[in-house]
Parts: sequence; C-alpha cells; structure tokens
Amino acid sequence: MTGYIARRLLASIPTLVLISVVVFGILALAPGDPLGQFAANPDVPPEVRMNIRHQLGLDQPIPVRYVKWATAFIHGDWGYSFSSRVPVDRLILQRLPTDLWVVGSSYLVAVALAIPIGVLSAVKQYSIFDQVATTFAFIGFSLPTFFTGLLFIIVFSVRLRWLPFIYNVQVTDPLGMVKQAVMPVGVLALFNSASLMRYVRSSMLDHVGQDYVRTARAKGVVQRKVVVRHVLRNSLIPVVTLLALGLPAVFVGAVITEQIFRVPGIGSLLIASIQNSDTPVVMAITFVYAILVVLFNIVADVLYGFLDPRIRYG
Amino acid sequence: MASVPPSQAASAPAAIRPYAESRPRAARTMWGDAWRRFRRHRLAMAGATVFLVLSAATVIGPVVYRVGINTIDFHASMAPPSAAHPFGTNDLGQDMLARVLYGGRLSIAVGITAMLMSVTVGTLMGAMAGFFGRTTDLLLMRVTDVFLSLPSLPLLLLVIYLYRDTLARLFGPQFGIFWLIVVVIGGLNWMPTARLVRAGFLAVKEKEFIEAARSLGVGTLSQIFRHILPNVLSPVIVSATLSVGSAIIAESTLSFLGLGFPPDTPTWGRLLYDSQNYLDMAPHMALFPGLMICLAVLSVNYVGDGLRDALDPRRLP
Repeated sequence: MTGYIARRLLASIPTLVLISVVVFGILALAPGDPLGQFAANPDVPPEVRMNIRHQLGLDQPIPVRYVKWATAFIHGDWGYSFSSRVPVDRLILQRLPTDLWVVGSSYLVAVALAIPIGVLSAVKQYSIFDQVATTFAFIGFSLPTFFTGLLFIIVFSVRLRWLPFIYNVQVTDPLGMVKQAVMPVGVLALFNSASLMRYVRSSMLDHVGQDYVRTARAKGVVQRKVVVRHVLRNSLIPVVTLLALGLPAVFVGAVITEQIFRVPGIGSLLIASIQNSDTPVVMAITFVYAILVVLFNIVADVLYGFLDPRIRYG
Repeated sequence: MASVPPSQAASAPAAIRPYAESRPRAARTMWGDAWRRFRRHRLAMAGATVFLVLSAATVIGPVVYRVGINTIDFHASMAPPSAAHPFGTNDLGQDMLARVLYGGRLSIAVGITAMLMSVTVGTLMGAMAGFFGRTTDLLLMRVTDVFLSLPSLPLLLLVIYLYRDTLARLFGPQFGIFWLIVVVIGGLNWMPTARLVRAGFLAVKEKEFIEAARSLGVGTLSQIFRHILPNVLSPVIVSATLSVGSAIIAESTLSFLGLGFPPDTPTWGRLLYDSQNYLDMAPHMALFPGLMICLAVLSVNYVGDGLRDALDPRRLP
C-alpha cells in the first residue's frame, strides 16, 4: 500500500507541473500589465516603472520567470500580494479558518442529510417518500447556488428578518456566529446533499438486489440489520470515495456562496485578487486548488482500496 | 426463385397467414423506439416543452414585445410587476421583461454553443484515443487527466478577466466576449464526453461488423464516423443535453460575479448581479431572472433524464 501511494504521488508530479505551466502561461501571456495600477498613475515616472519591472523580474523571458516562480513556490516562498504587501501564504492562512468552518460544516450537514434520505429512498423505492425526495434532489441539483442564496436572503433576511445577510468575522458570540453561518452553510449543504443523495440512492439500489442480501434475509436477519449492516456498508464504499473526490470541488464551488454572503474565505480572496490583478495571490490560490484536486484523487483511490478488500494494489 | 410467388401466397388458407391481412406497419427503428419511450416519460416531455417555449420566447419575444431594454424611466424606478411592466422594472426604471427576454437569448445561445463545442472536442478526442489506441490513446488520456485536474471555476474567471478587454476590442464587445465565454466553457467541459466516447470506441471496434467493414476495405474515417460513432452516440447525447444546463449555469455564474458580458448586456446572471443591492426594495428584480435560469436548467436536466431512459437499449418498451 505504501508503495502504491508513493508511486501515485510521484505520478502526480508531472500533472501538477503541467497544470502550473498552464496557469502560469495564462497569466504571463495575458494582455495588459500586472503593473497596470502604476501605469495609470501619472505620478510614477517611466524610469521608476522600469525599475519596478526589473526588480520584479518582469523584463525576463517567460520560461525564466516560470522556473524562478516554481523554485520559489517549492521552497515555500509564495511571494507578496501586490495590493496588500502581505506574504501570500499568510493571506491564505488568514482566510482558512473561516473557510473550514463554513465549507466544512456545510459538507457535514450535506452528508448527514444525504445518507439517511438516500437510504430510505432506496429501501422504499417508488414510494411517495422516494418520489418526493428524488424530485427535491433533482431540483436542488439544478438550482444554481447564487439563486438559492439570493432567495434565502429575500426570505430569511428581508421578509422574516431572522438572519443577517452579511457575514461578519468580528462577531464572536456563539449564537451570532451560528446565525450568520446558517444561510451560507444551508445553501452549500442543499446543493451538495442533493447530488450526494442521488449517489447514495443509486449505490443502495445496486446492492439491494444482490445475492448476499437474499442470503442474509434467508438466514432470518431482520430488515433493519440487513439494510444497515449489509447493504449500507457495501454501498457506502463508492460514496466515501466520492466524498473525498468532491471535497476540493466543494471548496472551489464555495467561491460563489462566499461572494453572495460576503464570507471572507479563500474564494472571495480569489475574486478580489482577480479583480485587482493581484497575480501572486491568484496564481497561488489557483495552484493550491489544483493540488487539492490531484491530492484528493489519490486519497479517493487509496480509500477505495482500503474499504474494498477485493481491490488489491500491486 | 426461393420466395413464394404472390399468387400462391394469396391462395393459401386464411388460418396460416395471419400477417398477410394485418395492416402493413412502418418499420421500427432504433430512433423511433427511443422517441416512443421518450414520449412516455412525462417529466421529460414537460421539460422539452418548457425549454422549447423558453427558447422561442427569447427568440420571438423581443420582436413582439417592443419595449426597449435600455429605456430609462426614473418615475417607474423599481416598480413591482404591473400591467405596464409585467416583470416590474429595475433601479433605472428599465423594463425587466424586455431585459429577461433579451438576456435569455444570450444565455441559451451560450449554453447551446458551448455544448456543441465541448461535444465536438470531446468526441474527436475520445474517438481518436479509442480508435488508434497505443501511444495516441496514452497521450490523449493524459491530456484529459490534466484537464480534469484543472480547477475549472478559478480558471474560467481568470481567463475571462484577463482576456475579455482584448477580445472585446478585437471583435466587438458582444461578439468577442460571446466566443471567449463559449470557448472557455466548452474547452473546460469536454473531458467527460471524451471518456464516454473512448470507452464506447474500445468496446465497439472489436465487434465483428467492424472487422467486416475493415476487411471490405472501408477507410479509417468512414470506419470512425459511419460505423463506430453512431453506436456510441447514446451516452454522448445524454451528456450533451446535461451540459447545456451546466453551460447556462457557468455563464450565469460568470455574469453573476461581474466577469461575464459587459454591464449593459443583460444576461440572466448579470440581471441577478444587478439585483443584489436592491433585494429589500425590489425582490422581483432577482426573482424573475433567477426563475428563468432555474426553469431552463431544470427543463434541460429533465430532458437529459428522459433521454437516458429512452436511449438505453437494455430498457425494452
């Protein structure tokens, strides 16, 4: 197993290099100047601008800049943000707790909703409960998060006045923290639980008809035990790997929700940085997302082998 | 002359020729069967109807409903829906129905064009990888893997933000940005199609009829497009349908983050972006465009669901 993980990690290096080349290329070849703000400022004389360019190494050819960036990145030097003069890694770490709290709890809520509903739906296939649940899952899966977010604000903040619609990190009392997290967490949880529930249901349905289930019933095992001990345990194998695969996507997808509720997470940092042409921050965040995707792909494969003893890695 | 002459068949006793008297039936084709199954899927039919009505409304609507999308009227600022303005007005007093209809044209056009783009690229990549195998397959699948690991939303935002001004200058604000958005959305969405097509090709190219075609001297292109491709089309059609919905969502997301079409172009996402600051006084500004996005995406997804059932040959009628 260790050998397998090591090999997968090694194999992911070329992928990551390619991704970084793509992202770096997009940024480097883009028209316009990362020093656009200086260019617009008439007080900065051309010599000074040239000097800044030289200091930042922008007058060197792109491949040289890429190699410099890559070596610095590996050594943990992610550069400084253009707009706030703070090291990029510190900027990202500052935002991380909020992100983990909002996105993490939304994922937990999504799982807590999706598994029981998916199981019940599959066990009572074609019942009214199943039909209602699958219809809601279908709708939840089709509604874009930016619309559900606005709907939540209209209903809970504007009409009912129950919840604040702007996320404020200064709030420290537990009730206030929970209150302001309800809507962003709810929006993300609804969306994610809808697609998860569909997977749980279809995975359960793949297993209910199998021989070992009939054997368990024939032995006289009660329905509850058949469902929980036999069917659910086996159907959760693909679901767990899916959870691992989906985690990076959840972080990336939270960009929109963070923007609606002004949650100061990594996603809103990304958008603000794109709009400020803050290249070092954009590059770092995009690349961190890419690393997450590649890493969790490996985690999913390893988990699959761990949970399903039929799969052996040579 | 192996077949029975007509005169002889007609004179045979009635009891042993039950088929001769039944009405001649049209031949049942695979597509006919699929259509029959699709029609029985009520939600899919409803979805198809809704999507067609929506598309027709956005195409014909602005011709029939002649209210300018940019007519500013401060006296009717943020008016709720009324007879004069069925969807109400926005903060500048512009008619929302006119803007929703006009914006829908762009949103649906982006959805369909981006789908065509991703399906074309995906099919070509998958077909080449599956048909030629070996190094081609290895190389193309590696490219697919890299694309699958790209964080698509940040890249989408980044590319549009960095390149939109240049393209708008080169090809005009609407045309240039339209193609930029379509190419980027399509270019980041072709991977699932490529995998489906490749899997299909790997399975079908070993079948006897392909061997027969090859031994008859059928050319490579003809083998790919005439003989193999039609047999792997069903899953591609389903994923193409579903990708229209995701492309509409992707475009709306871009516009919602203020990174799509220019501000004076009211796509559905842009209308939602504009409504954000007026949710307390004019919720209708968010509700109507949002409902349109939901209706479009939901109906497309139901059509895809119906097609999945209809095109699955294992489900006999």
